[in-house]
Amino acid sequence: MSPFLFWIFALLTVIFGAAVVVNRNPVASALSLVVSFLGLSALFMSLDAFFVGIIQVLVYAGAVMVLFLFIIMLLNLRAEEERRINWLALAGGVAVALALLIQIFLVISRFDPARKTFPPLPGSTIDDVRNIGALLFSNYNLPFQIVGVLVLVATIGVVLLSKRELR
Amino acid sequence: MAITVPRPNLSWRERLYLPAIVAGLAITFKHFKNMLLGRTKVTMQYPEQKWDANLPDHYRGAPALVRDADGRVRCVACQLCEFICPPRAIKIIPGEIPSTDRFAKVEKYPDAFDIDMIRCIFCGMCEEVCPEQAIFLRKDYAITGFTRADMVHHKEKLLEIGGVMHGVVLKWNEKK
Amino acid sequence: MDSLFIITSLLKILGILFVVILPMVSYAVYAERRVSAFIQDRLGPNRVGPAGLFQPIADMFKLLLKEDFTPRAANTFYYWLAPCLAVMPAIITIAVVPFGSTLFGVPMVIADVNVGILFVFAIASLGVYGIVIGGWASNSKYPFLGGIRSSAQMLSYELSLGLAVVPVFLVVGSLRLTSVVRYQIEHGWFIAPFVGDWANPWKWLLAIPMIISFLVFMIAMFAETNRLPFDLPEAEQELAGGYNTEYSSMKFALYFLGEYAAMITGSAVIVTLFFGGWHFPGIPDGSHGWIFGLINIAVFFAKVAVMIFFFMWVRWTFPRFRYDQLMRLGWLFFFEIALVNIFLVAAIIPFYRS
Repeated sequence: MSPFLFWIFALLTVIFGAAVVVNRNPVASALSLVVSFLGLSALFMSLDAFFVGIIQVLVYAGAVMVLFLFIIMLLNLRAEEERRINWLALAGGVAVALALLIQIFLVISRFDPARKTFPPLPGSTIDDVRNIGALLFSNYNLPFQIVGVLVLVATIGVVLLSKRELR
Repeated sequence: MAITVPRPNLSWRERLYLPAIVAGLAITFKHFKNMLLGRTKVTMQYPEQKWDANLPDHYRGAPALVRDADGRVRCVACQLCEFICPPRAIKIIPGEIPSTDRFAKVEKYPDAFDIDMIRCIFCGMCEEVCPEQAIFLRKDYAITGFTRADMVHHKEKLLEIGGVMHGVVLKWNEKK
Repeated sequence: MDSLFIITSLLKILGILFVVILPMVSYAVYAERRVSAFIQDRLGPNRVGPAGLFQPIADMFKLLLKEDFTPRAANTFYYWLAPCLAVMPAIITIAVVPFGSTLFGVPMVIADVNVGILFVFAIASLGVYGIVIGGWASNSKYPFLGGIRSSAQMLSYELSLGLAVVPVFLVVGSLRLTSVVRYQIEHGWFIAPFVGDWANPWKWLLAIPMIISFLVFMIAMFAETNRLPFDLPEAEQELAGGYNTEYSSMKFALYFLGEYAAMITGSAVIVTLFFGGWHFPGIPDGSHGWIFGLINIAVFFAKVAVMIFFFMWVRWTFPRFRYDQLMRLGWLFFFEIALVNIFLVAAIIPFYRS
């Protein structure tokens, strides 16, 4: 992919990521986040990681954000629009973000492999779905199973909590 | 008062719903197929086919003024129809028949007789109330126009629809 | 990237969009009206042109000339954005669906990505934003309720939709839609295992979970495309049209277009996954001559048309579900069935392969 497209999608991701914070309207924030996710997934795809990219859209943009939007609409959050800006908190946030940015910059500049261009992997196309599956069920089988149990526990917990609420 | 509707207890086969779903699809498909094969009777294709010849005698279409056998307008502008008209569709401007006229005893004639067909509800009250049997509901039903003004039937139009009505009418009778 | 690839891709995109999908959408609307009329013993639109065939053109002019009204209380930007969001995903998903074999050696699929079906799901799941945003931006009660219903419905049915197709890919071993079609050419359609190695008894056993999978997928697709019996977001009788109540003119038409485009792409995906795509027994693929390539495309869209007819047939047969029934059906019935189905197929596959 040409660097031109990379810059477009990178800018899209960053600008709409900022819009999530800047927007006063919660629905607009949620939608900005969706666009940001789309940009991110395009970046993944530019690295030939189709699976990760598409899962990004499917799970985050397609499911999680719809749920967010659903909740925002149900609660009808109007208070956020009238809230005044706390300049001190704003300054603090910017300082933390800047510190993080500088840190990342310093780390990357010292990290040699980041500046090296790797030779392309053998084969014209990579079946990344197969690779991820093979990796998950061989090298990372135990963590994978543990995550599965964790999600199951969380699901049961949610069911229990909501049942108690009903009674 | 709350009414508890008793729900029927479904057997397991009914609870499966699949037979009912398939049966429903079969019914609709039967209708579709019959229509496609031209076996279903459908409604009349209106502008091409008309039911005009079969309209009953008591059909209430557009109200119209009639002339008698001698070609005279029967209406005497008594304005009873104007008063009785439920949607107030009729507007009459009476004119006076001069005393020198042969029919001076009739006194009035309609100078203008407008029926707003947007308002008219085809109830037939005007016909019922008319003492002179001058207004009748005819069999015209397709009344159209491009403007609101088009939809107002003036006297000429009403007389044109009405035509001639035969029968004895006493008001023109000089002897009485 | 060579220029030939770009030119053929561009031709494919333009061809599929303007020659096939958009006319198909407008004629799907016409077909819907005719089918519904026939099912209800009526005639339907039959005035404009022979048998009413020019009705879609007349409808288009009518919708273009109508007043394009924006309510004062609406959030204008999102109000204008929403109809576009409703149309785009439905049209984009067709990109990964193989709609023919080859024509002059060019494969008849716009983008043959290796995550084909996930791409379809991902983009189709974005279609809900058009409805939700439209409902919210209208700033009116009925559209708002429609939008909320839509988001909840999409979330519940996306799960069964995704799980229902897992068996297909367990058997095929790839998410690429062209490989699914190629597999079905060699081993028979998933829904009809008559072709290929039909003597294998395990294959017939495999057909049972495949049919279950097909039914769950199709029903979930009904819910995804907001078709009856799951058209709760636009329920005319309860919500006065739901999310598109406040829309008029071409913006309303865009919603209409989106719904029918989603139906067409949904049918195309079903045909690809379960009905062998462009394959028809006895007809060779496009490498035997361009005429066969064209026939393959025709076969594919004929199958899609049959599927669309089925969508319509179902719509005019069944009443609408109640909201809680819809949710219970999705979460407590289809979800479980789809899960059990995956285990079934996974258990059969080792025997089938051997």
